[in-house]
Amino acid sequence: MLLEIKDLTVDVSGRTVLKNINLAIDYGETHVLFGKNGSGKTSLLMAIMGFSGYKVKAGSIFFKGQDITYAPIHERAKLGIGMSFQRPPTIRGLKTRDLIRTFHGEDELVERIVDALNFSAFLDRDVNLGFSGGEIKKSELLQLTIQNPDLILLDEPESGVDLENIKIIGKGIKRLLQKNLHRQRVKSGLVITHTGLILNYLEADNGYLMLDGTIRCEGNPREMFETIQSTGYEECARCQR
Amino acid sequence: MEKAKAALDKKAPYGEDIDLSEYGKDVPDYGADPNLSQLSAEEKGHVLEVGIDVAKTDRTGSFFLKGHSPVHCTVAQDGVELMPITEALEKYDGLEKYWWKAVDVGADKYTAQAEMALHSGFFLRVKAGTKACFPVQACLYLNEEGISQNLHNLVIAEEGAEVHIITGCTTAPHLKKGLHIGVTEVYVEKGAVVTSTMLHNWGEEVIVRPRTSVWVEADGTYMSNYVCLKPALSVQMYPSVRLKGENAVARLNTILVASKGAVLDVGGKVSLEATGAKAEIISRTITTGGKIISRGMLIGQVPNIKAHLECSGLILSDEGRIHAIPELDGWVSGVEMSHEAAVGKISQEEIEYLMSRGLTEQEATALIVRGFLNVKMEGLPAELQKEIEKMISENEAAFL
Repeated sequence: MLLEIKDLTVDVSGRTVLKNINLAIDYGETHVLFGKNGSGKTSLLMAIMGFSGYKVKAGSIFFKGQDITYAPIHERAKLGIGMSFQRPPTIRGLKTRDLIRTFHGEDELVERIVDALNFSAFLDRDVNLGFSGGEIKKSELLQLTIQNPDLILLDEPESGVDLENIKIIGKGIKRLLQKNLHRQRVKSGLVITHTGLILNYLEADNGYLMLDGTIRCEGNPREMFETIQSTGYEECARCQR
Repeated sequence: MEKAKAALDKKAPYGEDIDLSEYGKDVPDYGADPNLSQLSAEEKGHVLEVGIDVAKTDRTGSFFLKGHSPVHCTVAQDGVELMPITEALEKYDGLEKYWWKAVDVGADKYTAQAEMALHSGFFLRVKAGTKACFPVQACLYLNEEGISQNLHNLVIAEEGAEVHIITGCTTAPHLKKGLHIGVTEVYVEKGAVVTSTMLHNWGEEVIVRPRTSVWVEADGTYMSNYVCLKPALSVQMYPSVRLKGENAVARLNTILVASKGAVLDVGGKVSLEATGAKAEIISRTITTGGKIISRGMLIGQVPNIKAHLECSGLILSDEGRIHAIPELDGWVSGVEMSHEAAVGKISQEEIEYLMSRGLTEQEATALIVRGFLNVKMEGLPAELQKEIEKMISENEAAFL
């Protein structure tokens, strides 16, 4: 197993946001999180990444067999976890180019990804300063691709992106998750989506429905998304046997 | 003279009051050193850190003051005049049109002392239409323990002239105590452009009291970059710019770091007095234990002016303190003035964002601080930019 979460309970500012979460992702698999706003999806990604505001009260997180429940963020990143943020902070005075340089990616790779994402004009801008929704997603994807993690956490990679750019970003994510490979695929993903649009670009293996900080249903992501579309989140949660 | 005499004991409105009699020591006359060959290799390296290139590559003019002696003064372009101030006062009958016009001699005990006991300073005039090919450098070097330097500099950019002045103020490598008083009057005439980059690198117990005023006529531009990243005990300065002519522009950038024990009371004031005038004041300050008072004032006297003020401060130590005082003073409707001020620690969100890319907390902090100090300074020669970046990197350990 690449990622294994057992009975995880997490508090933010003294309020429980995740309750008894159990989830496992194997090498090469992509899993999807559904759920309405405030159901705990982003909190789950933040807790896996290890952000300080997300206090683990119970349970554990194992990655590549190691207990990372209380590991610092950068150690998780070094182990192979990477995240695309929905609303990353602006870092004034730090050029996107200079940030990327710290990842020590190969120049050729960097150039190729920058071209593929049509992002060269933004390299000399401050990190996320005045970026549109689409530009933020591209910047995140560019950083992630160079970082080259094994588990990719994507928080609504398509939100705020126009249709033309969704194609570019969708392809980028597909590449990142090695969807072109089959038997040899090792990269895994955990993806939050509201629109389901991103499902057109990545074959997802498993879906979860989150409600009030718990996982209420697990199943085929396409079927789940169709149910949510036709009957809503609450109905989907109720169908659980 | 009378005015100066009356002000000899007059305390300055800002900054700790200094007993000037403590710094009365005699200073030797160093005579002339045209090639600066008397400077040791260590000293040459030291002045290079404040932008002073002893080899004078890519410099239109060069002035070097050691103690009280203007040991070296050269100029390499027609239309650019550079000489010790005492010589200019003699040559031009006291420079009456400019002398103590922008700065009030009776402002405080420091201006008074600069008049009553003037040691030296530089005179720079760029003739009408002349564009200085390279920057003019002036090194004000405090090399004797416990002395005072009472200086008065005068800069005149005539109509359509352009010049970049690099002023490097520093103390001898192991010197601790001293007092530096520097009056500077800058006259930017019609359509002229003056950029002034001032780098400070003082000893740990040095008191610094610059008194700078700038007048800018129509279509003129004055840009100032002030960088002070090394320790000093006490710096108090509040340079003031008057935009007197239509469409005159002023831009003041300050980046400074206050280490433990330092008190830096630094700011900038721009008075917009003619229609179409524009001003921008940006300051980025960091304390690693010292106290910073970051002042900024914009005065909009007429309609159709536009000005913005930005004071940001990072407190990296619980012993440090930053007091930001941004002020806007609009006299009529039709002025457009704004300010933003922020003081605090580095945002945890930013640090953790970078950590999620694999950087350690320290690496993330260093990147954010470097970005914070990365103010765009126009017209800065590449090697000077490098020196500033080097100073920032050297400081990095103190930021963590």
